[in-house]
Amino acid sequence: MAQEVARQEGREMTETGKDRMAMSFTPAVDIFETNGTTVIMADMPGVAPEDVDVTLERQVLTLQGKVRPHAPEGYRRLSTEYREGDYVRVFTLSDEVDQSKITADFKHGVLRLELPRAPEAKPKKIKVRAN
Amino acid sequence: MLQTSFAPYGMPDPFADMRRMQRDMNRMFEGFGTAPRDGQPAINFWAGQDSIVLTAELPGLSQDDIELTVKDGIVTLSGHYPEPQTGEDATWHRRERPQGRFSRSIELPFRIAPDRVEARFANGVLTVEMQRPEEDKPKRIEIKSS
Repeated sequence: MAQEVARQEGREMTETGKDRMAMSFTPAVDIFETNGTTVIMADMPGVAPEDVDVTLERQVLTLQGKVRPHAPEGYRRLSTEYREGDYVRVFTLSDEVDQSKITADFKHGVLRLELPRAPEAKPKKIKVRAN
Repeated sequence: MLQTSFAPYGMPDPFADMRRMQRDMNRMFEGFGTAPRDGQPAINFWAGQDSIVLTAELPGLSQDDIELTVKDGIVTLSGHYPEPQTGEDATWHRRERPQGRFSRSIELPFRIAPDRVEARFANGVLTVEMQRPEEDKPKRIEIKSS
């Protein structure tokens, strides 16, 4: 199962460059488990498939998406209900994941990540030496 | 000194206000962005000279899941979020993504030429460009000097 690291309430302003102030958002996610596989689905509208970045380092899973600005050119803002910005969300995985079998799909602005659990690690026996 | 997260009788927590302020700020910003409002998609509007552009975040939908109608200057956007493919007996841990049907109708500031509406859908974002009918465009009236 995936546990969230440092839940960002709502969204955050982060400085990504010297001259660019960008917002980074927490994508909405669905997480479920089926047949020993944990599936994470994350909404990242406005992100192209090649701009999605998923990294797993030890047990820390980071989902990132760089948004492509889609504001029409030559138009002025009339009303705003959503803002454009990159997406970031971090989870720690409690189960050992079979890294060679992870699959990631990105379609219509939604990331679907399948993390199959590794075959049960054998219990390790530690010998106690008597002096 | 014993550290406690609250002070029932003694000193009030000096950081309580700061935390509350931050919480309020977060709540304020929660209205924006990808957070869905009761599953209704977020829509932005942009104005041009004689046209208006609507952009909406509809992640996970395909062209066939979206229905867009324009009538008498009222634009209606409806559809449904597809159910995630879970397979059999899935155990849910988190369910934040919007689900079910949605429908929104918005009145535009002017009438729209129905034959001059252009809609595109890419990466979960719908962009609709709507033009004002030719006869409704403001006309420049020349003032003659007598």
